[in-house]
Amino acid sequence: MLYAILSTFVLAAFSPWVHRLAGRHSGWVLALLPAALFVYFASFLPAINAGETVVIVTPWMPGLDIQLSFLVDGLSLLFALLISGIGFFIISYAGRYLEGERDLGRFYVVMLSFMGSMLGLVLADNLIAMFVFWELTSVTSYLLIGYNHEDLKARKAALQGLIVTVGGGLALLAGIVMLATAGGSYELSEILNSGDAVREHAWYLPMLILILLGAFTKSAQVPFHFWLPNAMAAPTPVSAYLHSATMVKAGVYLLARLNPALGGTEVWFTVLALVGAVTMFLGVFLSFRSTGIKSVLAYSTVMALGTLTMLIGIGTETALLAAMTFLLAHSLYKGALFLIAGILDHEAGAKDFLQTGGLRGALPITSTVAMLAALSLAGVVPMLGFVAKEGMLESVLEAPGLVPVLTLLASVSAILGVAVAAIVGIRPWFGPRVETPKSPHEAPPALIAGPMVMASLGLVFGLGPGLADVGILAAAARAVNGGVPVDAYLSLWHGLNWPLAISALALVAGLLLYSRWDRVRALLAWVDIAARFGPERGYERMMDGIVRISDWQTRLLQSGYLRYYIMFIVLATAAMVGVTAQIYDVSAGPLRLQDLRFYELVIVAVMGASALFAVLSRSRLGAVAALGSFGFTVALTYVMFSAADVGITQILVETLTVILLVLVLFRLPGFLGLSPRLIKFRDALVALAGGGMVMLLLLSTHNAQEIPSIARYFIEEAVPSGHGRNVVNVILVDFRALDTLGEIFVLALAAVGVYAMIRFRAEDRK
Amino acid sequence: MNMHSLILRTAGHFLLPLLLLFSLFLLFRGHNEPGGGFIAGLVAGAAIVLYLFSMDIAAARRVLGIDPRSLLGGGMTLAVLSGVPGIFRGQAFFTAQWWELAMPGIGKIKLSTVLLFDVGVYLVVIGAVLTIMLTLAEAED
Repeated sequence: MLYAILSTFVLAAFSPWVHRLAGRHSGWVLALLPAALFVYFASFLPAINAGETVVIVTPWMPGLDIQLSFLVDGLSLLFALLISGIGFFIISYAGRYLEGERDLGRFYVVMLSFMGSMLGLVLADNLIAMFVFWELTSVTSYLLIGYNHEDLKARKAALQGLIVTVGGGLALLAGIVMLATAGGSYELSEILNSGDAVREHAWYLPMLILILLGAFTKSAQVPFHFWLPNAMAAPTPVSAYLHSATMVKAGVYLLARLNPALGGTEVWFTVLALVGAVTMFLGVFLSFRSTGIKSVLAYSTVMALGTLTMLIGIGTETALLAAMTFLLAHSLYKGALFLIAGILDHEAGAKDFLQTGGLRGALPITSTVAMLAALSLAGVVPMLGFVAKEGMLESVLEAPGLVPVLTLLASVSAILGVAVAAIVGIRPWFGPRVETPKSPHEAPPALIAGPMVMASLGLVFGLGPGLADVGILAAAARAVNGGVPVDAYLSLWHGLNWPLAISALALVAGLLLYSRWDRVRALLAWVDIAARFGPERGYERMMDGIVRISDWQTRLLQSGYLRYYIMFIVLATAAMVGVTAQIYDVSAGPLRLQDLRFYELVIVAVMGASALFAVLSRSRLGAVAALGSFGFTVALTYVMFSAADVGITQILVETLTVILLVLVLFRLPGFLGLSPRLIKFRDALVALAGGGMVMLLLLSTHNAQEIPSIARYFIEEAVPSGHGRNVVNVILVDFRALDTLGEIFVLALAAVGVYAMIRFRAEDRK
Repeated sequence: MNMHSLILRTAGHFLLPLLLLFSLFLLFRGHNEPGGGFIAGLVAGAAIVLYLFSMDIAAARRVLGIDPRSLLGGGMTLAVLSGVPGIFRGQAFFTAQWWELAMPGIGKIKLSTVLLFDVGVYLVVIGAVLTIMLTLAEAED
């Protein structure tokens, strides 16, 4: 399992070379991996359907209780199959769709990494591992959405998606840490069995809010729905993948996954059902009034995500099965439709429904496939979409509360959904022929194969819903239901009942709405004005605010004057040490002046005199020389306390410092004026605070003897385990090598910094 | 930068090899006596800086023979790599590894990843000192 997921990242790393070698067939070659993964995942099917769950554990960071463990049950398997199966079509499609693009190699890298992250996310058993994959999908989808990086809009959309989802990810991280604390484990397989403990935990509410923030941002629920339609700035294959099987479904996956642990409470039901229902309605409403091909589809994804969230919130067994069915149905038809949108763009140059019409003759196969997928979107017999919609309506009618609200929203959404499906399935293909930017022609096999298979599967599973039910959906619903088999089954014909009546009504009303599409859209023009006050506006306000605050604080703190930086550092350190000393009641040890030797007094006197001279000197050179003499006396004290290495180092550093200062001094102008009295006073205070703090620290170490010193260990172990008699050196290069590595890294960085500052300034002047 | 001092010039010529040798001496004995990569690097850096003052920048660069920035990168790489062998023996990163080599005529020589690490430190320190010094010296023109 670990290798299955790693293989995607490995292939991602090599994909540019594969692309170069395979040329125009690179899409097919690279798609072999998802195909192989699909077969591999399918091999789990018999065991999973027999009611087993498979947990595969690989230690990762044992010290932190973080494992790369994977959990295969119906839910994760359903997702894994969708990700790898649709991934196969997407990558083979992308190879042809983006053929000849300069950045296609880079595209494969990101796309395959994204696929791997997504697989890791749905299969991970350890919460931390899941979170890492979660964030990886955010980062890789950022790169995918911003694929056309020369386009300002694409960059903006990518950043927006990243900030919204990563912001939610932060909340999620806090949430899962609380969840792990409440559930007593970081392993999902164990948390899911301790649902009662989690639900009764005192942190249940904050935990729930944080986790929902993560899921809602990722799955574009109201009010975070705005990033998803903007994300269609990505190339079409990416949109198809993000919308159908991956990314936005991650939030839904999380909700479904945690349903056994968090679900079943009043809050869970109310929040999920309401947010989901509102998202569903708003999504389909905005979809209906859009005209861009991709934006109609993108908003209808928002509707689907809302529906799924609502169903998981309702949480009855019928609802859970309906959610899984809807998930499958939506992935199939949405993947197909997005790829068809790509075909319309690629083969006819059309990006807007108003630019299309009467294309049935030019693209006979594509139009048939599109209509098939649209039927599933509309929820018409005998498609899988119909089965899913019936299940959805039935769940809403049987919901444990809020039935009137949910039914109203669901029915209106169903009507609008039919209208949207008509826009997709009828508008481009029938009616008078509209001139498209390019002369339209049928799509090549690489482009049409995916939509054809996906749309046909929608029909096959619709005609024989038992096939999908027994195949995987029952197992998935069981996993969401906490391992208890659901007492519901899928069928095409449920008899004459309310859901069927609503469906029929929706079909008629929806088609009616479609026939008046242009007029209704004109009536809805006010939405544009309302949208200006929507959540996207809030997002932009927030971003502007962040920029303004950072601008303000940068101006405040980064004055560019070294003296202020030093002052801030000294004062802040002194204040922090002082406060800590107060809190922990640190007191200075006694000064034992009687132990002082005569020569020590002499050195101290020289030290004091040099320091005083450095402060009072009116020339720079004098101050530098005084500082040098101060440094050498410090070196002397090291030698006196038999720290030969430190002493030598100090002397060498002093020497080099003087040389350095000499080099720099040439370049400085003379003192223009000395500081006024008041400033001198302030500087003296700062210096005293800094010096006093250091003195307090040194004296207090005398009192800190209760903590055993590690010096003894180092001295004793230097020869036997360090093979060296110079303890200082053994510490530097062996016991504490990692610290030294950090130090030389800082040293190298400082050197590069000096080089950059001086060189680039010199170049600027030229 | 040239000080045009004949004494300094002559002395620089003779002192450079001596100081560099001394720095190597400090580097290799560092594990048992005062010395080590950091100190040795400072000595070597100071030696080249002395040469820089006695001759000129071009001569200092020539005698160094390599861009000091490469020393920074090379030293860092060596230091990091010296931590790797431990991993292959199933120990933590940076666990020291020791090998004893019997050399005919000289006796036993102890080799270790620690020495590699110290050489890395040595190179980084030389690189840092000289990158800063040479940049400042050149900026003056």
